[in-house]
Amino acid sequence: MEAVNTQDISVNDLPWKIEYKPEQCTLCGSCVAACTFAAIHVDVQRRDVPVSSGTSPEPKAQHLARPVIVQTADLAHSCCGCGMCEKICPNQAIRPVRNPDNRATLLKRHTGPIKRGGRTNLNSQRTLDSIIVGRISQMTDPALDSERHTFDLRAPLGRVVEAKKLPLAVEGDNLIVQEKMPPVRWIYPMIFSDMSIGALSPRAWEALALAVTYLNEKCGLPVRMSSGEGGVPQKLMESDHFKYFILQIASGHFGWNRIVRALPRMKTDPAAVLIKIGQGAKPGDGGLLPAAKVRTHIQALRGVPKATLHSPPNHQGLYSIEESVQKMHLSLNAAFGFRVPVAIKCAASATSVSVYNNLLRDPYRICGGFFLDGIQGGTGAANEVSLDHTGHPIVSKLRECYQAAVAQGLQGQIPLWCGGGIGMTGNAAADAFKMICLGANGVIVGKMLIQLLGCIGNEQGRCNRCNTDKCPTGICTQDPRLMKRLDVDKGAQSVVDYVLAFDEELRKLMAPVGNSSLPVGRSDALVSTDKAVADKLGIQYAC
Amino acid sequence: MCRIGSIKSLDPVPPSQALRLMIPQQEGHDNSGFAMVMKDLDGAFRHYKNYPLLSMACTTRGVGLVNEYMEQHGFVQVGQWVPDVNRQPGLRIEAMPRYVFRNYDYPEIYRYRTQAEREDLLLDTRLELRKLLEETNDGFVYSFWPDVLTLKEIGDPADIATYFRLWDADSRLSARNIVVQCRQNTNYDIVRYAAHPFFLQGFTLCANGENTFFTKNKEFQKSLFRGYIGFESDSQTFLYSLHYVLHELKWPIRYFKHVITPLPFAELEARPDNAVLKLIRESLAHLEINGPNTIIGMLPDSTMITCCDSKKLRPVVMARTERMVAIASEVCGVNEIMPDRDTSKDIYPGERELIEIRNDLEIVRWKQ
Repeated sequence: MEAVNTQDISVNDLPWKIEYKPEQCTLCGSCVAACTFAAIHVDVQRRDVPVSSGTSPEPKAQHLARPVIVQTADLAHSCCGCGMCEKICPNQAIRPVRNPDNRATLLKRHTGPIKRGGRTNLNSQRTLDSIIVGRISQMTDPALDSERHTFDLRAPLGRVVEAKKLPLAVEGDNLIVQEKMPPVRWIYPMIFSDMSIGALSPRAWEALALAVTYLNEKCGLPVRMSSGEGGVPQKLMESDHFKYFILQIASGHFGWNRIVRALPRMKTDPAAVLIKIGQGAKPGDGGLLPAAKVRTHIQALRGVPKATLHSPPNHQGLYSIEESVQKMHLSLNAAFGFRVPVAIKCAASATSVSVYNNLLRDPYRICGGFFLDGIQGGTGAANEVSLDHTGHPIVSKLRECYQAAVAQGLQGQIPLWCGGGIGMTGNAAADAFKMICLGANGVIVGKMLIQLLGCIGNEQGRCNRCNTDKCPTGICTQDPRLMKRLDVDKGAQSVVDYVLAFDEELRKLMAPVGNSSLPVGRSDALVSTDKAVADKLGIQYAC
Repeated sequence: MCRIGSIKSLDPVPPSQALRLMIPQQEGHDNSGFAMVMKDLDGAFRHYKNYPLLSMACTTRGVGLVNEYMEQHGFVQVGQWVPDVNRQPGLRIEAMPRYVFRNYDYPEIYRYRTQAEREDLLLDTRLELRKLLEETNDGFVYSFWPDVLTLKEIGDPADIATYFRLWDADSRLSARNIVVQCRQNTNYDIVRYAAHPFFLQGFTLCANGENTFFTKNKEFQKSLFRGYIGFESDSQTFLYSLHYVLHELKWPIRYFKHVITPLPFAELEARPDNAVLKLIRESLAHLEINGPNTIIGMLPDSTMITCCDSKKLRPVVMARTERMVAIASEVCGVNEIMPDRDTSKDIYPGERELIEIRNDLEIVRWKQ
């Protein structure tokens, strides 16, 4: 008889428990082979089995040693609910089940702060779901036909100059441009957001790059993709398709050595440069690429040794916003001959309006976009305390920034691109449309894209192991064996299909409100069923 | 749907002509008001062309307030036309106690000021008077500008005309340009300021339709110019955009169409002048209109314009004779005043054009 040891970790302490049906299991071993976290293993248990050995049935109970699949009762190898075992089992003999009584959050800090990937799991409130497109064209004006009319789904990226300061001269009945103007790209109102090669596997990154290129070349949708800060493949930088990509620079400057050296060989300019100051998922906490993921190809791409790569929480050379504008914006603008818009990405924060005001009033007129990332944005790796307890909801912050610009008559001069939870429930078009009506020029999406590639992580604590290099879907890993789980072409197709549906759905929302171009700031098109939300956002309350 | 109209004539025409243009178009609509702006006046105002004309409707106390203000600010009254109203019973009109149409001379200190300074003075004075009367709810100031008269009232247009004796051909009231509309606001509260035509510094405009980018336009215009106020109707934004493009930016007229209904990017990129058009679209994205609209506008030099939304969701027709051009929402209106014209010369403006009618009745069709 064994005594209970209270400190022992049992399966019941873990967030997920494995439900195993030995009577359906053929012991093929696929589930054990598929589990990247070693959360299950093959064991031998003594079982009470009815055995009939004669020519006629004469069952007798016998104690026999039988091979079985069991869950590993260990915090380091806890099941994350990814369900790969269930996916691969031919007999539906095994599946993970959420364990509401687990103690993992409490116990997992034995090795220091908990690290994981994914989104915040605490703040999954959905302001956008209490907002409805409520101003439908009825008798006063005709709704448009989403199938028949033409729609102009384009959003600016670049510094827009106020009309009175445009260098236009009148010649007869015509206006003539007299000076070079800041570059402005009119692109699709959805940008694939900042996931680096490193955070993503090269195959996952390639699938997204393939999707973007296909959308541009074959579907006529000028979607742009931000590289993330982890370098860009040399071949892409030297190809014509480079124009569909936005180069990101963050505080680690990873990959920029090679980008700068590739400048003379670039056939085309990139779509833009995006300076990352902060990220919605973990504001104030720098990027983190655990050593496990810094494999040979990542070392080559980033020019780094095998070590955990911390991006500092802020840009070390900058100590004020004026400096940021003068140093980073100017030097990056200059690097591409002032032909490429340079934008900035910040985590949404109580200070966002101040930042936006500073940029709007910058005398160089050099900031080509303000990317605002809310708390529901995703990340490849972060401290859980940052993920769950820091950040700012995006919707009201976007609105405040837009309204601050309106109050000064500066709306539209620095395009607002917002993200952090867009498409979280699968309905990105509705989310995007509402954000646009509240003042965004376009939206940025990230987590949703990898979910389209096959990521099964969610905001209820499922998987979220992007930091471990053991991503079971081959998306957030650098392990060549795991990467092979991802079919690049199928992944790209899934993303393309989604964007094409997004495009149709966006028209389906624009047509009823009678708009053929994006209703940026058209808050009168929205109503909210939540009075507090309506009051905060300055839209109509409806019940 | 509102019905809007205008007449531009080489010879002065009475307001009854404008009423005849409008009344056949009234089938199926509520006939809830009458409003017109007359320019290049004849008759009673013939000799006062250079003296700003104040058009307002107010209470007796309102007249006192205005008199006091104008006196304090150095304006000297030089002429006045008081309508001899017909108070016959049964007329459907919500008349104001007093209607004031007065010419003033500029204050002495403005004698040698520039035209631009005088224009600013007239605008600021109108805005001050409007504020003054609004504070005590004592009336409405519609325009204060040389050679421009505005009359607006709530009620049946025919009855309003009877009240002001506009049917009578006594030639006291006539003009070479009239912009007219016969309906009070139907989307929002019935306020006299919400009835088009609207007026600002020589620009007059009326619109038929629904501007679905009203909120965007309004939020942007509020900080563009001090005279962009009120916003009692979504059609006011058209006037302010017209004023902004021509008066503030001083761009050629054809660019107004590019501002309010920019070309789709696919078309824009194929144009040789795409650099200019792209800049306009970027910088004035918040002045774009959407939804069904037709506009009739009149510029400070009396040039008239008309154009439609980018999908031509509202009608408009322009017809002409030797000595007159008329624009109306529906052709039955112009049939009434120009029955013998050559209808093959009627113009139904397309969604990509802006029609300009110059003072010698030359017609220019600007293709967008």
